[in-house]
Amino acid sequence: MSRVPSVASKSAVCGTPALSVALATLLIWAPSADAQVAVRAGTLHTMAGPAIENGVVVVGADGRIQAVGPASSVQIPQGMRVMEAAVVTPGLVDAHSVVGLAGYLNQPHDQDQLERSNAIQPELRAFDAYNAREELVSWVQRLGVTTLHTGHGPGALMSGQTMVVKTRGDNVGQALVDSVTMVAMTLGPEVSQNFQGRPGSRSRGVAMLRAEFIKAQEYQARQERAEDGPPPARDLKLEILGRMLDGEVHALITANRVSEILAALRLSEEFGFSLVLDGAAESYLLIDEIRAAGVPVIIHPTMARHGGTMENATLETARILVEAGIPVSMQTGFEGYVPKSRVLLFEGAMAAAYGLPHQEALASMTIRPAQLLGLDHRVGSLEVGKDGDLVLYSGDPLEHLTQVCGVIIEGEVVSEECL
Amino acid sequence: MLRAPSQAFAACACLLMLPTLALPGPVQAQDGAIAFRGAHLIPIAGPEIPRGTVVVQGGVIRAVGPVDGVTIPSNATVVEMDGKVIMPGIVDTHSHIGGGDGGDGTGPIHPSVRILDALDARDDGIPKARAGGLTTVNVMPGSGHLMSGQTAYIKLRDGRTIYDLLLCDDVLTGMCGGMKMANGTNPRRDAAGFPGTRARAAALVRARFVQAQEYRNRLQAEEEEDGDPPSRDLELEALVEVLEGRRVVHFHTHRHDDVLTAIRLAEEFGFRVVLQHVSDAWMVADEIAASPAVVGASIIMIDSPGGKLEAMNLSFESGVALERAGAVVGFHTDDGITDSRFFLRSAALAVRAGMSRDAALYGMTMAGAIMMDLQHRVGSLEVGKDADLVVLSGDPLSVYTRVEETWIEGEKVFDLSDPRDRAFAVGGYGVGGSGHVHHHAGWEDHQ
Repeated sequence: MSRVPSVASKSAVCGTPALSVALATLLIWAPSADAQVAVRAGTLHTMAGPAIENGVVVVGADGRIQAVGPASSVQIPQGMRVMEAAVVTPGLVDAHSVVGLAGYLNQPHDQDQLERSNAIQPELRAFDAYNAREELVSWVQRLGVTTLHTGHGPGALMSGQTMVVKTRGDNVGQALVDSVTMVAMTLGPEVSQNFQGRPGSRSRGVAMLRAEFIKAQEYQARQERAEDGPPPARDLKLEILGRMLDGEVHALITANRVSEILAALRLSEEFGFSLVLDGAAESYLLIDEIRAAGVPVIIHPTMARHGGTMENATLETARILVEAGIPVSMQTGFEGYVPKSRVLLFEGAMAAAYGLPHQEALASMTIRPAQLLGLDHRVGSLEVGKDGDLVLYSGDPLEHLTQVCGVIIEGEVVSEECL
Repeated sequence: MLRAPSQAFAACACLLMLPTLALPGPVQAQDGAIAFRGAHLIPIAGPEIPRGTVVVQGGVIRAVGPVDGVTIPSNATVVEMDGKVIMPGIVDTHSHIGGGDGGDGTGPIHPSVRILDALDARDDGIPKARAGGLTTVNVMPGSGHLMSGQTAYIKLRDGRTIYDLLLCDDVLTGMCGGMKMANGTNPRRDAAGFPGTRARAAALVRARFVQAQEYRNRLQAEEEEDGDPPSRDLELEALVEVLEGRRVVHFHTHRHDDVLTAIRLAEEFGFRVVLQHVSDAWMVADEIAASPAVVGASIIMIDSPGGKLEAMNLSFESGVALERAGAVVGFHTDDGITDSRFFLRSAALAVRAGMSRDAALYGMTMAGAIMMDLQHRVGSLEVGKDADLVVLSGDPLSVYTRVEETWIEGEKVFDLSDPRDRAFAVGGYGVGGSGHVHHHAGWEDHQ
């Protein structure tokens, strides 16, 4: 996992020192002087404890939370802008999206989530293709998403890297939170469709992946042996695979069928990489195996179409997994047609409608994905010192008729319209 | 209708023999009166009734009113519905359930092609749609043509064949559906005969309607002179039905200028049109409301704008804009674009964006009925209308509300407490995919 401060110091991420410096310069976000804001909430879901009735959150000039608690115990400093809402939650964290690489027009020029020249390209970096001004970024932000895990999409054995951004900023440098978070992988027949039969089957796909990881193991061994001599020639693909083998970058494996999920667990066990299961439509049939592996699940959007490898999906899978003690994060995933992006809040709400407890539904869109992304020290709950990311609602966040009426990112009010 | 009337009943009887169903017999009996008592009623035809009774018998509604204002027949089976909400069966003006297809790639205009010739009454989309509270559906052929063919108006009865579902009396002589048309980018494709531009698309359609006008004139002339009619032309016959307003056009159209083109064509040739999708409705709401050719506008609620160029300006606010302009506003699923099980959400999202509750409830029921010329049979809880109703656990616009029962013509076709029906409502192994699990057999093996 690479965080922003470490990007500049890791040549493995940024290639040359010069580029590292350039990126590091971009990554410093100076909170503006007017970043101070306080929010009063009829109900405050801190996600760090029980909801607080008549709660207050104070965000300081540094964009971080200065105080949070019941109105009776939190003093709002003089001169601070004060906003009010019926309900307030932490900024929502979308556990998996392609927004910013995939644009809303759905034309070739704005679709950068899948490169079809080769089924294995883990070296493709998400931040080389992210459009911070994409309409969909604004759309998901206005509906509550402040932290977005986005990047290369499903559809290739390894389509490329993912990253974490905040849904603001005019360019990727201003938006970036974590430059290399996971490598997006897919096991399933759609890979064969996208790559003209290379691989032509699930088994061939797994064999191809195993061969690549073995190459990466050998590359690491050559690097270690070369401590006193010249290192092996740099190989961008094997470098990122090596970081996966080291557990530094997770494997985000989209797997829906039982056979695909088992293959993902097997690969993780064989090569020791850190696995996050994505989609996981038939995960309700593999509760014991997933729990034993200690693998978190980014469940498919509740309303994702139940077809293809998802034909056995249920609207209750989030509930079933949570009841079994498996951490579940909600996502908007990838759509090839309309809607070009789903809405995180709507998907979590529908999971709640089909049995996921209310607090768990909120957790699946806040603290759970924050933990999954290794960012729970910054986002996912309202606690002193964390980022001042807040969403203001006219009522129960999960209700169809409730509107999102305000979004704050690190103390900056980025949206005030009711949507 | 071609089927023997006993077939539907036979299917029902076989259903009753399944031990898992454990339903009280009289409730399923079509001929005995059933009184649903104590529910919050949403009649659509009048104000909501906080505690009301609906009496159904012989497949139609016999009485609707407050609990203390309705006399329940002494022989009626009384179903206590306290705490429930009952609304009319939902009408979906645009769906692709049933696994059918329509016009093919041989050309852009297919007026003689009927979706009813390809509709699978056992498609899993049908029980899933019932789980969403849908009872009446316009199943559309296509798309990807200027005219994809004739649509089918169906009831989601527990049927074996297409004949059990159709709403027309006779499949050969009745008006069993509307006509599907499209403009914008939808009918454009790089193939012989297909339009490459919007103007060409309009010209192709106009030329065909002009031929239909001439055909109609020849028919009328022969009739008046008592001579031989012109040789039959299936395509022109169907277009004459459109010209005469007997077959409503359901027009896929998104962009504001395409909407106006659809209206212009309808006004030029005098056909009646339902505007379907209408992403940009919020831009041309007044024009839609003002046109006498427009029966109504049925909007689709999509979770984000775009996905294709013609939907880039889609807005949740189209519903309220059309309502304020005075148009008849309905909703549709375009299933599988959106899932029939989430139909209630479409209306709720429109209300979220400012549409009135009453207009949204009307949009899910009566507006759709009007768009299919079925307002005399469905769309509201009124005496004499079909006994199509949905029993909800709570308010129809709440995310937490579940469809608990769906009734069509006095017969329960969905019951959330039935494991088989519940599987269609929530999904599961073997539920998806037509033919894997079907209505009355095989489900138990997959549980």
